[in-house]
Order: sequence, then C-alpha cells, then structure tokens
Amino acid sequence: MVKEVAARYGKDRTRMMDIVRDVQARFGHISGAAMDIIAREVNSHRVEVEGVVTFYAFYSEKPNGRHVIRITDCVTARMRHAEEVVEAFEKELGIKVGGTTPDGQITLEMTSCIGLCDQGPAALIDDVPVTYITPDKVKGLLRHLRESGDATTLVKTLGEGNNALDLVHSMVINNIRKRGDVIFASLEAGASIKNAIAISPNEVIRSVKTARLRGRGGAGFPAGMKWEFARNAAGKRKILVCNADEGEPGTFKDRVILTEVPGLLFEGMTVAGYAIGAAEGLLYLRGEYAYLKPYLDHLLEQRRAKKLLGKSVAGKSGFDFDIRVQLGAGAYVCGEESALIRSCEGLRGSPRDRPPFPVEKGYLDLPTVVNNVETLCCAARVLEKGAGWFAQIGSEQSSGTKLFSVSGDCRRPGVYELPFGMTLTEFLREVGGDDAQAVQVGGPSGTCVDRGQFGRKLGFEDLPTGGSMIVIGPQRDILAVASAFMEFFVEESCGWCAPCRIGNVLIQERLERIRAGKGLPEDLMYLEDLCTTVKKTSRCGLGQTSPNPVATTLQNFRKAYEAKLLSAREDGRQPTFDLRAALSEAVRVQGREPVAH
Amino acid sequence: MSDFTFTIDGVEVPAKRGQTILEAADAAGIYIPRLCWAKDLAPGGHCRVCTVLVNGRPQSACTHPAGPGMVVDHDTAELRAWRKNIVEMLFVEGNHYCMFCEKSGNCELQALGYRMGMTTPKYPYMFPQRTVDATHPDVMVDHNRCIACGRCVRASRDLDGKNVFQFVQRGHHVRVAVNADGGLGRTNLSAADQAAQLCPVGAILIKRVGYAVPVGRRLYDVKPIGSEIEAKRAPAPSGK
Repeated sequence: MVKEVAARYGKDRTRMMDIVRDVQARFGHISGAAMDIIAREVNSHRVEVEGVVTFYAFYSEKPNGRHVIRITDCVTARMRHAEEVVEAFEKELGIKVGGTTPDGQITLEMTSCIGLCDQGPAALIDDVPVTYITPDKVKGLLRHLRESGDATTLVKTLGEGNNALDLVHSMVINNIRKRGDVIFASLEAGASIKNAIAISPNEVIRSVKTARLRGRGGAGFPAGMKWEFARNAAGKRKILVCNADEGEPGTFKDRVILTEVPGLLFEGMTVAGYAIGAAEGLLYLRGEYAYLKPYLDHLLEQRRAKKLLGKSVAGKSGFDFDIRVQLGAGAYVCGEESALIRSCEGLRGSPRDRPPFPVEKGYLDLPTVVNNVETLCCAARVLEKGAGWFAQIGSEQSSGTKLFSVSGDCRRPGVYELPFGMTLTEFLREVGGDDAQAVQVGGPSGTCVDRGQFGRKLGFEDLPTGGSMIVIGPQRDILAVASAFMEFFVEESCGWCAPCRIGNVLIQERLERIRAGKGLPEDLMYLEDLCTTVKKTSRCGLGQTSPNPVATTLQNFRKAYEAKLLSAREDGRQPTFDLRAALSEAVRVQGREPVAH
Repeated sequence: MSDFTFTIDGVEVPAKRGQTILEAADAAGIYIPRLCWAKDLAPGGHCRVCTVLVNGRPQSACTHPAGPGMVVDHDTAELRAWRKNIVEMLFVEGNHYCMFCEKSGNCELQALGYRMGMTTPKYPYMFPQRTVDATHPDVMVDHNRCIACGRCVRASRDLDGKNVFQFVQRGHHVRVAVNADGGLGRTNLSAADQAAQLCPVGAILIKRVGYAVPVGRRLYDVKPIGSEIEAKRAPAPSGK
C-alpha cells in the first residue's frame, strides 16, 4: 500500500507532502514502518521522513481515530466562547483535547486559525469545515458523524455562491460585504492573458510596475520588481508559486477569492508565468482549505481544455504554462516564502537565510517568484484594464484596492474590498465596530492600535496589513488577547533559530506571570528587552514579528500592564515572595502549621 | 589577494568574492561569536549569536556574504546585549550542569558564557524532561545539553554522507533524532565520524575519554574562546 502511494507520485521525494498525506489518509497515521518504506521508495532517509511528519500539525506519527476533529483556537473563536464548545466535545466524547476515544473512532485536537473567523467557533472535521458551532450542537454533530461515518454528511445547509457547488459542497459562507472593482468584479476568462501575450514579457513587467502594484501579503514588495529579478536571473527554468497559505489569525480573504474568483487568480498566475518565463506554476494551498482542492483541480482541467493552460497557451507558440495545486498541512510558518518553497520540495517548512533570495535560488534552486493570491489577482486586472486604471485607485504609495478580512467585535464581519487610504475610524464605521477599544491591524504579527490612533490610515504609507483586521471591543481584556497571540507564535515557531524558539516561550511566561498578578515593575523592561532581541535576531519574518502582540501592547496599552503589577510591600519582603507557598511542602510533611509568620 | 574591502566597526577588512562576513572577519583576526557555525560545514544560521548589523540591518554573519563597501557593526553595546541574551536563552532551554559535565572547559556554550561575562541567566530555567541515548557502543547522546545547533545534522549529511541525525518536531519541541528505531546504536554512526566530533556542547560525547585533561589545562581554561582568531590580528599600534 505505502509502495503504491509512493509510485503514484513517481517515487519523487519532492512530493513527500502528498505521499505522507495519502499514507495518512489510508492508515490514519504514518507509522515508523511506513516511514521506513517511504524513505526506501523515494531514496530518502527514515529520519528525514520523520522530520517532515512531525513538523506539520496535520500529520501524525501516532495512531489517530477514524475521524479527527480540529477545533480552531483562534482568538476570534475565543471571543465567541470556543472554550464552551471544546468542553462540550470533551464531555460528549469522554476524552480531553489530544485524546482519542477508546473505540478508536474520534480524535479531538485544537488547531491554529483555520480561516473561518467570521463564522466561528469553527472546526475541521476530517477535511470538512463546520461553522457556527455552539455547545448544544455538539451532541448532534457527533451522533451524526458516528452514524454516517462520513464527515461530508454533516453539511446540511450549503453556503452561498460557489460553496454550494457539488465539488465544494460546504457550509462555509463568503460574507462578501463590499465589492470593489479589482477583485470582485466580473471577468471574462482569458481577457488578461490575451492582453499579456500581445506584448512582450518585459512590457508586461513594465505595466505591473507602472501600476505600482505591491505585494498583498503584508510586506508590500513591488511585484513588478520581483518579476523582473526572476526574469533576469540566470537559468532557463523559472518557477511561479502562488502563496495560498494564509495562516495569519484573522485572515480569510484568500479563501473567498479561491471560492468565488479562482479564475482571476489562474489568470494572474498565467500572466506572471509569461512575464518571468516560467512553464510551471504551483498553487500552495493551505491544508485547512483542502476541501477546495477538487473544485480548483476541476477548474484547471477546464482551462487546459480551453487552451488557457498547457502547450502554447492561448495560441501563443513558445509559451507553455501549467499549474499544479500543492497542499500544505497545518504550518503557519509556510506562509513565509522560503519556508513555503521548502514545503513544496517535500521538506520541513523551515525558512532559509537570505541571500540568496528565491528570485535567484528558490524551488529546487531555480529562480522562483512567490506571490500572494491577491497580488496575482491584481496583476491579472492590471493586464485586463491597464496600469493607469489600476494606479488611480487607492493612494500614492498604495495603489489599487485591498481585501480586508474582518472579524471580532463588530456587527458586520466578513470580507471587504476597499481602496487603500481609509482611516481606522472610517473603517470601523463601515464594519460596525465604532466602540472598539483597539484594532489588531495585520493580525498578531501586526500592530495592536488603540483608540488614540484611529486617525491613522490603512496603507503602506502608515499602517500596512496583509488584511487581517480583528476588532477588539471595550469589554475585552487586552492582555488576554496578547496572551492568545503569543500562544500562537510559540506553537507555530519552526524551531530552527534560537531566539524565536526560546524567546517566545520566555515572553509568554512573563506575560502570564503579569496576568496572574505576580509581575514586578521591572518585568516590563525585561519584556521589552526580550521582545527586541527576538525581533532583531530571529531568522525570518515569523520570529521578527512574533513579539509584536506584547511589544505593541506594551507601547499602546501600557496601563493595562501597570494595573496588574505588584507594588512594593510594607514589610520590605520581595513582593513576589509568598511565605505560605514556600512553606507549604514543609507544612504538608510535618502536618503542622508554622509557629510564626 | 582580496577582491574588495568592507568595514567592520570602521576597520577596513579585505574579502574575497563568495566569502561570508564571518569568514572575512576570521581572516582579519576579528572574532564574531558563534555557536552553530563550524569550519568545513555549510552555515546553518540556527543560533544567531553571530548577528551583526549590515548597513543597519541585523543579519547572521555566518550566512551573509561580504560585499564591497558594506558597513558592518559588530562590537556594539546593543549587539553584545542581544548575543548575550541568546546565550542565556540557550542555557535555560536545556539542562546544562557545567560542574559535572565532561565537556566543561571544552564547551563552546560555556566558553561563550564566560567570554560574555554571564554570571547566571536572567531567564527562568525551563528544566525540560529529556532523554539520554547510550545505545551506541562508542558514542552517547545526552539531549539535556543539546542546543539544536544542527552541526551533527549537517556533518553527518554533508561530510560523512550518512544522514544519521535530523531535526524532528517543531518550535520549542524541536529535537535531534537519529535515523533508526531504537537509538543511535542502530545507526551506522562511527565514533570517527565528523558528526560525532563536532558537537559544540556535551550533547554528543565519545565514550571512555571524558575528563582526560585536568581542570586548569582544558581548552578554554587557558584562553577565552575566540583568542585563536584574535591572535591573527595585526598588533595594534603602540601607545594606547
């Protein structure tokens, strides 16, 4: 069986992600024996297979139940009392999170954000997203799952739009609240490609540069420049990768693009392939969105039939281009481009040191462009409607529109396509969150902005964001929010470099101490020093932004910390010293209370 | 012959094309502290102790190529503080009992702690539960002292051609595993392998050779770590 799986992928070790996934689908886990066979078949090493299996949250080297329930641990789910849902599952199943029912039927796990923040608490049951779970629904869900043995039968009410298609068959809703002219406008298949192949690749790049298109993942690197680097890099074979691994808590806009306008994305990928001279495109789809893969594969097949992919795309001789969907398996760090490339190669998703940059040496050491889903959609529109048209939308340094994934304490959560340049006050009015005490702009790795700064503008000039916007209402404990975010980074650090691997654990420890009312005034400086060290010395963008939940709240919500600190004691003892606790062991052993204290 | 020059803390340093900042600094007798780096191994960029500022931006000197006219900050108060913080983090992450560790005096982590003036870590000890693997007749692995620098991983793969070691798990659960069920004794590692020799701490030890050198005469008892590199530096003009 395992041999068959390996053979299905040509015994190619770069297809390790697929091989491991299929073996797990068949056996429920990847045993040591299976690792041995995989290693032998693809000419790798057992410990290398083990390294991959144990890196990704969705793979398991220990036997799982027939069904795996993964409840999202996203802070937005916590805002909706996800802990009560977790308790209900634990009670009904008679197991704790991390356990498997004695009959081997169901494993219960927690997982990081699954991109359903506007319809949570949510869970993935096998690959099936289940939304709006309340404690009273749990019993019915489990009974149904046990009876049918098929998680897809849990889908009773279908979501709107393409969620209702047979190939998607999902209860997920799109929640598109505002449509703009760039992403959510109608599109004629092939229109962008036709315009692109009518001009030279260099002219396509010039057009994207003129449009001043910047990467939508958050960093805002000019897309045209990236394409140009890859086009000019040495080597005949170039690779285009689309990053559909949106894992930043509070982000779900790519899910909506992939559901509603995947054609625009494929169009953009093809245009980019033409511009950089690539014949191969990879769409790295986060494992959480595996339910969309059959639909995407089907669309790719249709495009091949229409000659929009394959040999001589759209009749342009010499331009061959095709796209393959590569599934991830639950690792936030793979949203970092060099980690994503490693994952595409079938390796652990640890980032690389740069230089060399992926545009010089990326996938299989070939010049590689990695672009965000939304960036590629914008590029398609630039080619369709013209650079000038695109550049006049938005602001000077941030042209075009931006998709925002809005969740948390607001009346109208969902996806918004808005021009860049809006203030936070205007934004909050739009989403129905006027009374917010803070907005987490750009997710945990971004900035926690307080009311005093709501006049700031969304855009690369001021407040850049990949699109995650979590509205934090006045009733929330800001330190609890920061704590949830730190937990996320501790969980998602790849562990390659010391400061990120260790420093985040230490930041979390001290934050928890403060939250428990045991912090000292000097702990704030201790935290600032730790945050700076981790930010400055970590290897990749994850580590360099991971202390932000604490660093930015220390800056903008210092009073929330100060209110929790211990002050000096009148008796001169160390404020953190608890005599009773220190003596408790002796009291227990001797069976008597101390004479004096 | 050098191809170009760049500066480290204002001092002009010659470099060859393809050389990293750390290699060029070594050749010039400027010691940039490091832990996961080892001669003949591809740099790993794990420990970040060699962090410097390249034209103002933090980079690991072991991986970053030197470039013409580059301005590198190295021995500044800020960088010294960050590096010391990382060394302290490594001390609290594992279980490092220098007083009875047979690597004491020859341990690069300990030596860096001394060189950086670390007395006791400012961070709380994590006291992790870790295992010892003594299944191999000639080599033992004490995971308590592992700092996940990956030298053994790279040495086994690139120098020994064996792939005995590899990282498994993720985040703070990361550990080095061996290429077999049942421990190191089931792998084809030999004590003469580079992977068994290059551990900077007391995590991979050759059996039956411990405590051979008396205290006071061990490698770093005599001179601080980095002295051999600094000895190469042209003597400073007299009259300081």
